[in-house]
Amino acid sequence: MRHRKYPFIVGFLIVPVALYALLVIWPYLQTFGYSLTDWSGESTVMHFVGLRNYTTLFSDGVFRQALLHNALLLVFLPVVTILLALFFAFMLNVGGRGGTGGVQGVRGAAVYKVVFFFPQVLSIAILAVLFEAVYRSDGGGLLNGILLKLHLEDAQHPIEWLNDPNLVLWCILAILVWSGVGFYLVLFSAAMQSIPREIYEAALLDGAGRVQTFFRVTLPLLWDSVQTAWVYLAIAAMDAFALVSTLTPGVAYGGGPDYHGEVMATYLMRNFLYFGKSGYACAMGVVILFLTLILSAVALRVTRRERIEF
Amino acid sequence: MGSTIEPNRLNRRDLIKRAAALGIAAVPASGLLSACAASGGGGKQETGKKTATNPFGVVDNAGLEVIIFKGGFGDDYARRFEKLYSKEFPNAKVTHTPTQNITGLLQPRLNGGNPPDVVDDSGNAQIKLDVLQKAGQLADLTPLLDAPSIDDPGKKVRDTLQPGTVELGTIGGTFCTLQYVYTVFGLWYSGKLFRQHGWSEPRTWADFMSLSSEIKKAGIAPFAHQGKYPYYINVAIMDLAIKNGGQDFLNRVDRLDETVWDEAPAKNAIEAVYQIVSNNYLLPGTNGMTHIEAQTAWNQYRAAFVPCGAWLENEQLKSTPSDFEMTFMPMPSLPGDKMPFEAIRGGANEPYIVPAKAKNAAGGMEFMRVMLSKAGAIAFAQTANSLTVVKDALGPDVQLRPGTKSTVAALKAAGTNVFNPTYLYTASSLDVDMGNASSELMANRIQPAEWLKRVKAATQKAKKNGS
Repeated sequence: MRHRKYPFIVGFLIVPVALYALLVIWPYLQTFGYSLTDWSGESTVMHFVGLRNYTTLFSDGVFRQALLHNALLLVFLPVVTILLALFFAFMLNVGGRGGTGGVQGVRGAAVYKVVFFFPQVLSIAILAVLFEAVYRSDGGGLLNGILLKLHLEDAQHPIEWLNDPNLVLWCILAILVWSGVGFYLVLFSAAMQSIPREIYEAALLDGAGRVQTFFRVTLPLLWDSVQTAWVYLAIAAMDAFALVSTLTPGVAYGGGPDYHGEVMATYLMRNFLYFGKSGYACAMGVVILFLTLILSAVALRVTRRERIEF
Repeated sequence: MGSTIEPNRLNRRDLIKRAAALGIAAVPASGLLSACAASGGGGKQETGKKTATNPFGVVDNAGLEVIIFKGGFGDDYARRFEKLYSKEFPNAKVTHTPTQNITGLLQPRLNGGNPPDVVDDSGNAQIKLDVLQKAGQLADLTPLLDAPSIDDPGKKVRDTLQPGTVELGTIGGTFCTLQYVYTVFGLWYSGKLFRQHGWSEPRTWADFMSLSSEIKKAGIAPFAHQGKYPYYINVAIMDLAIKNGGQDFLNRVDRLDETVWDEAPAKNAIEAVYQIVSNNYLLPGTNGMTHIEAQTAWNQYRAAFVPCGAWLENEQLKSTPSDFEMTFMPMPSLPGDKMPFEAIRGGANEPYIVPAKAKNAAGGMEFMRVMLSKAGAIAFAQTANSLTVVKDALGPDVQLRPGTKSTVAALKAAGTNVFNPTYLYTASSLDVDMGNASSELMANRIQPAEWLKRVKAATQKAKKNGS
């Protein structure tokens, strides 16, 4: 049988690999090619400029600012989302304390699970419309409306959430977290349910409280899922294009006020389509690709731990 | 998210020739060598016999594919054009595609060599016309100008157009875009609100400020603007400066002469606008509002003035109370203005193109000839509430809405005092950088001096990157 193994495997792999190469790898290579030119985006005419786009890129203050914002998202998005999701998942699965002493979630856990998952069902376009209403800059907005009702702000000076240089990035982060927690909650819940009940019962008998159970039992046994979540969220933090381009102020693809909401992807698009500097934008794309690749590799490496079998 | 951003509808670039015609000789990029590609170059293009009523030789059963930017004007007007076209060619299948994402739809098809036949290349995701022209993607529309008019076969189409249309549509020496809509820019108010309170149109900035103080006392915010898209406030600032500094100032701005920002007109204009901020005359929250949010608040009488182009009436059709009496006025005069109060920013915009490689390029041009007939202009004025470049198309029998009517009057009063900056089309980074500075100024995070400094630096940057 052995001699027939490879043709068998190749037979299965050839179509997907060819498609992957054609539709994923080839465009990446093309982008790299374009990044070495002064391509304008709407023409077949372009000139080779070597690495000039890359050298310009590293002295571009706006790009550096955008990079910083992505880095901030990169730090906060995974941490906040995972912590919240873990906390909720723990409470929904083992956080309850029934009178009988069994291991169970808080009351109404099934309902909460569905409710928390709702945001995941909404498309990003709906999220944008929704949060435009939440963050609206006058009393008609949800947040400003509440603050006004509570007399916490003056109707003449409402908080312009997305137009405030100190708030805009955190407003975007809040949306990303809000829409992400539900999914990771379900992911962690599923992982928690596969942890044998006896382990929890043993911990309970030994007198472990909720906090101890969480850190000594749940988290170590969930490490694989947390690691996966971390990589996904890190990749999401490098993007954030849809929300920034639709919600933040600015002439083309948002990024305002005055670049305080800018992320790499919006700056890339503005250069690609609005300024007609597509070659330059491709150079940004290549940089973003490598940053994301490095990050994923690092995240997987750093969080690698010995696997606990159960 | 009213994701259509109107500003870019006055698109771009096209004014070079007009500037030249006015003797300004901005003539940027005199090295724009390439002419528009000849429309016959595609190879697979269908053409039939040319006759007096079919001057481009449209094959009568050749399909026509129309892509329309669905923004402030909607797309119903295009359906009316298509009906008129179908009357001429009942066997032709007309495909109508409205979109807000012209680039997404058009770019792959242009690069793939199978573009549609007519495109309204407008909106936020417009493909820049100069870029298309340089890439040889635009058909030469000169045959359209020389074709007989539908209304009067004895007249050429070029003689039925508003002066300046041909110059505006000419890029790199060839007429390859039809700028169809005639738009004016200024401030807008509700005639009803003003009559109720006994207010009158302020002609000077001083009057505007004292009226604003009165308006504020009446519990209404004097000024709203579309803060999320700083394009609009840029227009207001620049129009004040241009009226103050005159044509010479405008020419220097268009030439990206950064020294203009050290001089009085720019300073006067930005300091005037800053008075709105420092006197607290802004509608609360307006700096963060989309164009729809701000304009709707204005329709609800929560603000007295809003700056905008003439598409405003159509865009706000649904939110405007029936007795609102939308009224247009020019930007008020600053002391020492070189242009009269009546002077306004105005010009043709909304560029229509026929791709050079379009299968039915002849049909595309015939579609434009239909647009430039009186029936076409009336259809547009009635469905899109805006004027077109077709001369004298709207007789007294054509009913117009109050806002549109007031723009017709303002345009008449302005006479030859109509100006239109070209830097928007030639230096898009200046527009973006100025927008950022203006947003900061309106939010009172920077002062006029800092605004001038930033815009000067942006002008230098735009010149250095020289497009």
